[in-house]
Amino acid sequence: MKARLRRVGLPYLLLIPALALELLIHLVPMLVGIAMSFKQLTQFFIRNWSGAPWAGLGNYRTAVDFHAAVGQALLNSFLVTCSFTLLVVGLSWLLGTAAAILMQDAFRGRGVLRTLFLVPYALPVYAAVITWSFMFQHDTGLVNHVLHDQLHLTSGKPFWLIGGNSFYALVTVAVWRSWPFAFLCLTAGLQNIPRDLYEAASLDGAGVWQQIRRITLPSLRPVNQVLVLVLFLWTFNDFNTPYVLFGRSAPEAADLISIHIYQASFVTWNFGSGSAMSVLLLLFLLVVTAAYLFVTSRRRGAHA
Amino acid sequence: MPKIPTWFRVTRWIVLSLLMVFTLTPVLVMLSSSLKPLQDVQGQWRWIPSGFTVRPYLDIWHTVPLARYFLNSLIVATSATVCSVVIAIFAAYAVSRYRFRGRRLFTVTVLSTQMFPGILFLLPLFLIFVNIGNATGIALYGSRAGLIITYLTFSLPFSIWMLVGYFDGIPRDLDEAALVDGCGPLRTLLRIVVPVAIPGIVAVGVYAFMTAWGEVLFASVMTNDDTRTLAVGLQSYASQNDVYWNQVMAASLVVSVPVVAGFLLLQRYLVAGLTAGAVK
Amino acid sequence: MQTSRVIAASVMAAVLTAGAAACGGGTSTNKTAPKTLTYWASNQGANIEVDKATLTPELTKFEQQTGIKVKLEVVPWSDLLNRILAAATSGQGPDVLNIGNTWSASLQATGALLPFDAATFAKIGGKERFVPSALASAGAAGKDPAAVPLYSLAYALYYNKAQFQAAGITAPPATWDELVADGKKLTTGGHFGLAMEGASISENIHQAFVFGKQHGADFFDAAGKPQFDSPQAVAAIQQYVDFMAKDKIAAPGDAEYSANQSVTDFATGKASMLLWQAAASNLKAHGMAADAYGVAPIPFQTASASGPTAVNSMVAGINLAVFKNTGNLDGALKFVKFMTSTGEQKILNIAYGSLPSVTDAQSDPAFSTPDLKTLSQVLATSAAPLPQVANESQFETLVGTAMKGLLADAAAGRPVTTATVKAALTKAQQQMPTS
Repeated sequence: MKARLRRVGLPYLLLIPALALELLIHLVPMLVGIAMSFKQLTQFFIRNWSGAPWAGLGNYRTAVDFHAAVGQALLNSFLVTCSFTLLVVGLSWLLGTAAAILMQDAFRGRGVLRTLFLVPYALPVYAAVITWSFMFQHDTGLVNHVLHDQLHLTSGKPFWLIGGNSFYALVTVAVWRSWPFAFLCLTAGLQNIPRDLYEAASLDGAGVWQQIRRITLPSLRPVNQVLVLVLFLWTFNDFNTPYVLFGRSAPEAADLISIHIYQASFVTWNFGSGSAMSVLLLLFLLVVTAAYLFVTSRRRGAHA
Repeated sequence: MPKIPTWFRVTRWIVLSLLMVFTLTPVLVMLSSSLKPLQDVQGQWRWIPSGFTVRPYLDIWHTVPLARYFLNSLIVATSATVCSVVIAIFAAYAVSRYRFRGRRLFTVTVLSTQMFPGILFLLPLFLIFVNIGNATGIALYGSRAGLIITYLTFSLPFSIWMLVGYFDGIPRDLDEAALVDGCGPLRTLLRIVVPVAIPGIVAVGVYAFMTAWGEVLFASVMTNDDTRTLAVGLQSYASQNDVYWNQVMAASLVVSVPVVAGFLLLQRYLVAGLTAGAVK
Repeated sequence: MQTSRVIAASVMAAVLTAGAAACGGGTSTNKTAPKTLTYWASNQGANIEVDKATLTPELTKFEQQTGIKVKLEVVPWSDLLNRILAAATSGQGPDVLNIGNTWSASLQATGALLPFDAATFAKIGGKERFVPSALASAGAAGKDPAAVPLYSLAYALYYNKAQFQAAGITAPPATWDELVADGKKLTTGGHFGLAMEGASISENIHQAFVFGKQHGADFFDAAGKPQFDSPQAVAAIQQYVDFMAKDKIAAPGDAEYSANQSVTDFATGKASMLLWQAAASNLKAHGMAADAYGVAPIPFQTASASGPTAVNSMVAGINLAVFKNTGNLDGALKFVKFMTSTGEQKILNIAYGSLPSVTDAQSDPAFSTPDLKTLSQVLATSAAPLPQVANESQFETLVGTAMKGLLADAAAGRPVTTATVKAALTKAQQQMPTS
């Protein structure tokens, strides 16, 4: 009897450390943050946040009022972040898959190359992004030096850190940092595909491209399901890359939602508003994730 | 694939070369800039330094207490990693091997924490730390312990997720065999499952370490001069008057070398580890 | 044995953690013993180590005088506001701290800083000791200041003497029209007349303020409501942006400068003029000799400007504040008295190249260099404090960002007209909180 009780209680015991930490660090602060979103928490009340006046849904109303400046800016930021995330995840996945498939078979220098490709993932984010901001500088940067002075591809020196091009600079840096992780996951996934499948296919007369389409890509589906979701969440919430690249105020074309919320809360001392925007972001991500998991699980169920 | 057609080989060569240029150019910039005098760095871009100098590598230790920041980062990241891995192993084992009430809820809750924007709970977390400090006298703000606890929790969700997948891939027969031999569940975990799962554990460890090593936002608020980590400390090279670009590059390279080296040494395990963990 | 190894590892992990926690570095607590103080200093010198080297001997002096040990922490600017914020929220902070004087009103509104009423001023030597314009930047008008000024700075026009001579310009410009004319003479072949720090929000705001005052525009009305798009404000901002857009005396690349690159440009001779606060030490660090440049007051709109529009600089500087939650109020006030004493003011301001905030220290010959003499004259006669409203940082962020966008447009060759400037300012104003 005692042994049975012990066995029943064991999983809960094993879970306790993880659960306790999650509660302390993630969940309780999250609930506090949600509570803050219903309050008018500006610099006047920050000392005693629980005593701040209730704003009800006021912060939310301001955030979604797309006719007013605040809501408009938020909407713009949201759209920029969506297109940013889609581009970055798409490109990272594409590059990762291409590199993983191309490097499936051994060739001279493969090990070295695989090593070198992982360097961006290993570099600390501040160092890497600062270097890119350095390269993108208008007068003294490498990118303009190569594009304009050496290759004569552009008539004048374009701006990369301000104006419309800042979006592409941001995408470039983000892809540079993300694709090695995709490459890593996909390389691992590829190793699980049994060789005999390929042998049989080529015996049947299938070409390389057909083998990729019929064997490789479908086998990678479970890896891709996890990878794409994780990349999506991490990229959407990315704060460090735009912060280090642009400082506290990002140009409008590259105003990612995380920076936007940071400005709305920390820089302008309006934490109620920032919290409301964060909660809206959270709800959006929850909906997207649920939909994604639903669609991909169903598809997997059909194929299984 | 027995025979590799020429078009594939050519494509491979072109694509991989382009990727290599794309990947390594910033690293080259870091290296070249770290060997230039400050005037060079602030002027027009030059591939080769006009006045080759290793001065930046010597100055970085004085301009900013880099050694201290490095040590802080090392302590924080290593502790966070070890604790995170241990806790994740236990939790993943429970989720993988047992069907208990609330299992679904736990998984979903833990996963949903990945969607929280960090800014949302930065201030509340600081408040909680302060209140704990006031109530119990354990100072978590401004200390490495607070940072360690925070970072290990950050990496828990993904770690548990990965390890569950990996443990699921380890056949139950191993567990059964151990049970027959008279091992209790904990013994089974430690003596049978963990050794087989070493690659997955290494993968999770690397991920946890990188998360803790590079985190900026929480470190900037939760640390003071003594406990500041590298990720935040590197920003101190941009001072009131000047930005010492060449020193920033030199410092970045210096702190990256051990991480990259360690990462690459473990790369073998990492690739094998993600294989079974990612495939559900 | 595998089990014991893993258990040993776990135990070691726990011990490591506990150990790291125990020696987990300093903490800021407000349970200060009467014999200690925690002081957060800002980064004023070339880097943090220099600051520590400058301040530590003074703190030792203080300890010898009063027996109170001061725990110093020099906080980099990237962290300072975040940490003050966290301290204000939680009540856990330093005893004494440096704040940028533009933050005074915002921080005053949080109630986290000790107000300096008549009694408190008496304890530190009296209100009259301080330079009036500096004191006006320590809190909202009509309320007790939330801090006392520590280091004072003002903006001035720095110009390259040799390049001026070569272009045949005999005296620095006294009006903006003269400046534009001079700038055009100097802008030839890759060389530009004026260096601007276009992507720096704070620099933009500081210049916008001066132009605003000169056009008679107050960004906040008497009731504290924002009025960013009044015709005068639009004219003011447009005049500044036009240096790049219309007059073309500033390099387009300046629109992305936010890390003091304009100072570098001036020091290396790429630009002939610079509007900056106390650039002397910075220029020296870049290798520019002190006699290679001249310092003049920033121009006015007309030659004989007087009255409220005769403003050509904001009152810049650093204030010293006391945390209301301090556990050692007595010691904190003693420290403030020490730091604002005539002797210390001389030592510290000489080290940092700024001006004392107390009038009786300004007579020291060290502050009579041409650079500092001009600045002190400006501070005394034609400098005004930025609007001391609680929403000051929102104002800075929104209008500064709007200007950054306008300068980006100018740099890219897009038109900058009165309409576009007004639209940008209206948008900024609409994002200000309504309460």
